[in-house]
Amino acid sequence: MNVSARAEGGMIGRPTPRIDGRLKVTGAARYPSDVILEDTAYAFLVMSTIARGRIKEFDLTEAQAVDGVLDILTYENTKGKVRKSRYFMRGGYAASSVVPLESPKIWHDGQIVAMVVAETYEAAREAAYKVRVESSAREAAPGFDERRPQPRQTPHIFAGSEPQVGDAETAFQDSDVQIDAYYTTPTQHHNAIELYTTTCVWSGDQLTVHEPSQYVHGLKNGLAKQLGIKPEKVRAVSPFIGGAFGAKAALTSRTALVAIAAKRLNRPVKLVATRQQGFTVSTYRAETQHHIKLGADRSGRLMSLSHEGWEVSSRSDDYKVAGTETTALLYACPNVFTRVNIVHADRSTPGFMRSPAEVPYVFALESAMDELAAALSMDPVELRRINDTRVSPIDQKPFSSRSLRTCYDRAAEAFGWSKRNPVPGSMQDGEWLVGWGCATACYPTNVAPAEARVTLAPNGTARVQTAGHDLGTGAYTAIALTAAEFLGVSLESINVELGDSTLPPAPVAGGSNATASICNAVAQACEDIRDRLARAAVQSGGALRGADATSIRLSRGALVSADGRSEELKESLSRLGFGPIEGFSKYVPEVASLPIRIMGHTLLSRGLPVMTIGTSAGDHVQYAFGAEFVEVRVHERTREIRVPRLVGAFAAGRIVSPTTARSQLLGALIWGVASALHEETEIDERVTRYVNKDLADYMIPVNADIRDVEVILVPEEDHKVNALGIKGLGELGNVGTNAAIANAVYHATGRRIRDLPIRIEDLL
Amino acid sequence: MRPFAYERAGDLVSAVTAATIEADSQIRAPIQFLAGGTTLLDLMKIDVMRPERLIDINPLEKSLSEISFDRSGLRLGALARMSAVAHHPDVEREYPVISQALKLGASAQLRNMATLGGNVLQRTRCPYFRDVSWHACNKRDPGSGCSARQGLNRNHAVLGTSDHCIAAYPGDFAQALIALDATVSIAGSKGDRRIPFSDLHRLPADTPHIETTLSPGELITEFHFPARPWARRSLYLKVRDRESYEFAVASAVVALDLADGVVRDIRIALGGVATVPWRSLAAEDALRGKPLDESRAGMAAEAAFATAKTFGGNDFKPELGRATLVRALLAVAMLEVRS
Repeated sequence: MNVSARAEGGMIGRPTPRIDGRLKVTGAARYPSDVILEDTAYAFLVMSTIARGRIKEFDLTEAQAVDGVLDILTYENTKGKVRKSRYFMRGGYAASSVVPLESPKIWHDGQIVAMVVAETYEAAREAAYKVRVESSAREAAPGFDERRPQPRQTPHIFAGSEPQVGDAETAFQDSDVQIDAYYTTPTQHHNAIELYTTTCVWSGDQLTVHEPSQYVHGLKNGLAKQLGIKPEKVRAVSPFIGGAFGAKAALTSRTALVAIAAKRLNRPVKLVATRQQGFTVSTYRAETQHHIKLGADRSGRLMSLSHEGWEVSSRSDDYKVAGTETTALLYACPNVFTRVNIVHADRSTPGFMRSPAEVPYVFALESAMDELAAALSMDPVELRRINDTRVSPIDQKPFSSRSLRTCYDRAAEAFGWSKRNPVPGSMQDGEWLVGWGCATACYPTNVAPAEARVTLAPNGTARVQTAGHDLGTGAYTAIALTAAEFLGVSLESINVELGDSTLPPAPVAGGSNATASICNAVAQACEDIRDRLARAAVQSGGALRGADATSIRLSRGALVSADGRSEELKESLSRLGFGPIEGFSKYVPEVASLPIRIMGHTLLSRGLPVMTIGTSAGDHVQYAFGAEFVEVRVHERTREIRVPRLVGAFAAGRIVSPTTARSQLLGALIWGVASALHEETEIDERVTRYVNKDLADYMIPVNADIRDVEVILVPEEDHKVNALGIKGLGELGNVGTNAAIANAVYHATGRRIRDLPIRIEDLL
Repeated sequence: MRPFAYERAGDLVSAVTAATIEADSQIRAPIQFLAGGTTLLDLMKIDVMRPERLIDINPLEKSLSEISFDRSGLRLGALARMSAVAHHPDVEREYPVISQALKLGASAQLRNMATLGGNVLQRTRCPYFRDVSWHACNKRDPGSGCSARQGLNRNHAVLGTSDHCIAAYPGDFAQALIALDATVSIAGSKGDRRIPFSDLHRLPADTPHIETTLSPGELITEFHFPARPWARRSLYLKVRDRESYEFAVASAVVALDLADGVVRDIRIALGGVATVPWRSLAAEDALRGKPLDESRAGMAAEAAFATAKTFGGNDFKPELGRATLVRALLAVAMLEVRS
């Protein structure tokens, strides 16, 4: 069904302030962490302080003596209460396959070893500080054993994550110009402003969970599995989320414990994990290492590309991101070799963090491309242009659309790139060394089945219901614009309900799939309404009698035929019964494989992964692209690094909500600055423990660090990705920024920094 | 956080009398004064400080927050807020380095709350000190060891360290105090006293848990900056990993009395690199009576870090500290100063 053909037009693509903005700035938006129910008891976590070993003994005497303490959960009284849900990358729901409070075994520092519940938060915290845990520690492995590791390999989760073609090694040896370098990225934590909180309340055998979540159906089904109850007995509520970035997708170990405590006490229980505890309560981006070899001829054409990555995972799970899937097809190259290795350490299981694969892997490749440009004495933009491709070099499948060159042209022009003196260190301004750098951004266009219910009332107002999520991304606004477009009503007439597992299932808000998946579902549900109204109208004795039903549009509270006749919505609706009309859709992505077509909606309702990723979209590959340019300034004496200017141009198919899309990209570029210069979770390798676990010591940029940021939305039409032509861009913008900054630092100083973050000491 | 008693001070004498108690150091005494609370409450929440009783001295604000400037110098009440002092016209004009050091500290919200007295007593940011799950910290638990010496110590001190503690003193304003020959007025139950600011902080040596020469119950009431020819030609240079709301990786205070390109007198203090507010007499001596140029500045910087000791993560700090001081010296020499 080509839904876009019958749209009224004018709403999709209209710049609009986010429709939930007023609720948010006035404090009226109720985030899950804001929920305080009557008679709530408060929980506080006790975490392990060793990375590997066993608990020998608890001494709870002092803790239990604290006034107001109600319960203390440890493995001794909770063992067996939480059933195993498989790790989410192994077909389950859990962020780790370690079952909470299952045994005295310690898998990592910061593991939950006890949870105190008390009448007040303060009492729970005081008692938690007084829980004595005696444990025996064994030597723990912190991560990569050496700078250049000899890793233990484990089986791969995703087929095709190590794309290869031709003979990369021979081609490399035969190349005129060679780059052979190692790159690393550090451990990073999401640190969303909304902490990891959970409130659970039972009503008989019915459990309601208020928890910031980017996947309420996953939370509902996973928790039901852990508690051994039917999924319909669990409701997960998360209408607003104060940042998630991937860390609120899989089920963490805290939730079941809060549910169990609430059951035991027969009253609501609320947990607020502290900022420090958040470093191990949920997931993180583990450190990575890369070995890149590029071979090119003298004209700059790539002859050989080799990318080997090493990633850290936990002892219990084999998490990996395998970004070679992307780096293998970014440029035309006849010979490609890739490999991905996992190193298991005594750490909590890592997980998705905004652009999980692309942020580290594209950093390595785009740094190497800049090194190649320097070795060739070629403009880095020109090098990308020469190696642009319309097809994947691995299997020759065409890109559904690819506007990388246009993005480079637009961004380079806006940035003033033509004024760049290519000689490193040549663009000094007073005491500051000026450097200009660029890099490619890209992200696969992923899309999933989604369901939506749209209810249109006789007065022209409509309700849109789907269990999608707005993480601050602008989902409410994009969905409302889509419904307004297809129902032919104003934006103000649309009421969107999200973030509740009682609503029709929608996929995880991850992988930048949400706008494409949900807006297509909403458009279809609207089309369902239009179609039924139109068919009834043309058969009746009303104003539209005899018109072509397929040509009838919804417009301004009326049905309008192609020949200009119209009928009030109220009258059309009355023909189909009293009151509002409901449209429903079970959207299946046009590019989905046969199994997803058959099973997609069953899996979706069970909260299981159903996404079709951009590299497995049938007869083509689908990606969004961008080009990013930055200016850095490095003080000639004291080497502070500042980023006064960022310009990014992005093409991501049809842009549903330009205002919030721009905000997404703006925020992503800023995060790119953090990723290049600030963020790093430091680990004390003697004991495998994180050290800088708060926002004072885990650095992110402050307002003063961010000056001019320009986002350019490059128009792009792509009818292959899905009916609405949406690519999604939530994760596109912070890919490549770290490389662009490292490349600019090279241009400013002549120093090539291959290990992030880049700090003062690297440039002294 | 653990339960504690809270009371509001009635007057200065009763406050210091009430807080006078036996303890091995003021900072570990069971009774603590509460002013802005920006350090104390933070440390109580994360269980590092566990006072049993807080005496809120904010009721004394009126009498202890005066800012006055006359021919004898500048007086700053200990309960004056950082923001009030930073933007005071006399301070900005006569002692620009004080204003700069205060403005470059913390965030606007913190500067509006934090008092000068509390600011100079702010405690180290050593992460091993600030997290009680690290057992070894001589500052927190005397005799338990030091986790930082062989741990992550990028932000730790290279000057004034000991085998027992390498935690850096984090503040900015204190560098101005120690450079400008400031004195501190202290009230106590055994009488009031006035000491040079340089006598307030103690090197960690083998007692890093005793951070100052204040006795339990003693309260800083006022800072006094003498009038000196070098006060106007002064600046604070703070080098840090981000543009705002960040502690110094290295910083320098320079106050210069320059006549015809020759250093008549000079005051130099260093921040972010030492265990206590750090005045560098060696650097001053290298410059006094000499012309101030790149090469002299470099020699002074060498002298300033001659005794530096590094611990791995902070190996770069002497070099950065020298670069910071050279940059500050050359910048202060270039300043246009009204006579």
